[in-house]
Amino acid sequence: MGAIRFDNVGKVFGRANSGFAALEAVDLDIREREFVAIVGPSGCGKTTCLRMVAGFESVSSGRVLVNDRVVKAPGSDRAVVFQQFALFPWKTVRQNIEFGLRNKRTPRDERNELVDDVLKLMTLESHRDAYPHQLSGGMQQRVAIARAYVLDPDVLLMDEPFGALDAQTRVVMQEELVRLARINPRTVLFITHAVEEAVYLADRVAIMSRRPGTIKEVIDVKTVRTSEDWDGFEKIEDVMDLESFVHLRTRIWKSLREEKVAVDG
Amino acid sequence: MEERPLYLTSTLLYGFAGLVVFFGVWFVLPTTGLVPVQFLPSPITVAERVATLTTNRFAGATLPAHIAYSFTRFISGFALAALIGIPLGLLMGWFRIVDEIAGPIFDGLRFIAPIAWVPFAALWFGTGIGGPIMIIFAGAFPPCVINAYRGARQVDPRLIEAAEMLGTSDMRMMTNILLPASVPSIVAGLRVAAGLGWQSLVGAELIVASTGVGFMMVQAQANVATSTVMSGMVAIGIVGLLIDIILRWGEAAIRRRRGLNA
Repeated sequence: MGAIRFDNVGKVFGRANSGFAALEAVDLDIREREFVAIVGPSGCGKTTCLRMVAGFESVSSGRVLVNDRVVKAPGSDRAVVFQQFALFPWKTVRQNIEFGLRNKRTPRDERNELVDDVLKLMTLESHRDAYPHQLSGGMQQRVAIARAYVLDPDVLLMDEPFGALDAQTRVVMQEELVRLARINPRTVLFITHAVEEAVYLADRVAIMSRRPGTIKEVIDVKTVRTSEDWDGFEKIEDVMDLESFVHLRTRIWKSLREEKVAVDG
Repeated sequence: MEERPLYLTSTLLYGFAGLVVFFGVWFVLPTTGLVPVQFLPSPITVAERVATLTTNRFAGATLPAHIAYSFTRFISGFALAALIGIPLGLLMGWFRIVDEIAGPIFDGLRFIAPIAWVPFAALWFGTGIGGPIMIIFAGAFPPCVINAYRGARQVDPRLIEAAEMLGTSDMRMMTNILLPASVPSIVAGLRVAAGLGWQSLVGAELIVASTGVGFMMVQAQANVATSTVMSGMVAIGIVGLLIDIILRWGEAAIRRRRGLNA
């Protein structure tokens, strides 16, 4: 469950012939339970890719498929974690997390159990009755992740989820996400402009070109991660020190640099 | 932050000065004979009249009883306006089709002053409780609809997307997302609705009622009992102010709970 497929996807904003082309011929296959990060220069349309999988945005040409079905509308099989958290400010942490389960009419006992589990998993138990505005940014994003995770979605879509967090919190959240991915692996599409983050988290990193965006290169991280045993390290900085990590990071950097130079020139 | 107490003090001071001048002029004009007392009774005469009316009947009831009649009508019409207007506003805000169907009708009707409904109110509902309620409804309904509609349209689109990806049905979208997100706008609308409703009520009672503060005032006017007319005005002002204070307090409480500045 959870394969994502971009099949020759194009996106034009505005009118079909006079609008501007945001995406062109995007092809990408994400396997079940694979963690793929998309990196690219700003404005390249990477967020648009995610929004099309979520069902927030239509495609202008081609197809986006999840589990071999064309995406038509948003749904709880594809949970989204937003950069700006998008928690419901009038609901407590607990109410935010259980909202999706209530939509699904999950019986109360089961619902409470699921919510308690995810509160524990995300170490949010002591904040269960707090309102979002009473929490730090990192805590709010934990709630947003818990809200997505509790639905046991086929696909987790993360749109620069740590972009609004400070550097320290960001690192903690990245480690947390790796921990979650080990406990409960699932298909993740992760959008970021931070190359280190992409290399640290993803099985594969897809590099997008500048607008009109297309997938210019897909880099395999998993093989290196496994052979060099990155998962054996507890801390992100230890992994980031490894030669294998630096090598991959530099390679992606160079590829992105070409795009930036092209934009500036 | 240190300037705040000073600012508060001067605000109170100016407010107090304004009241002193207001009552001063009001007191001086009739007592010096500049204006005949039957045209403008002094504040003291009015205060005495208010006190008398709390126990003595005029136009069939004491002043508190008239206020109670008026207030019952007000609450009925206001509640009806909120109960119908808020859901309609949210529906118009969420479903484009509802907006397109109801929008033009509503936009046309809302410019008809509540008091213009008096002939129909009298014709359809009579002078009992129904007529005045319809007129209050006519006053209070538009702000309820408009503010619920605006509130629904201005919900952060990210919250709507978040709800959509959580599999929210249209019904739950309105009750759990649009409604709570619009509460600040709706409460602001309720304040306007209460003001308009309360004003329309008294206007309506002048014409289509046999009890209530407005009715009392018409009867007093017929008897050239100006101090009684003014007692009614005082009652209207005070009750209106109390309604607004309660709603403002509710608005502030909601904003505090949301972590917004009160």
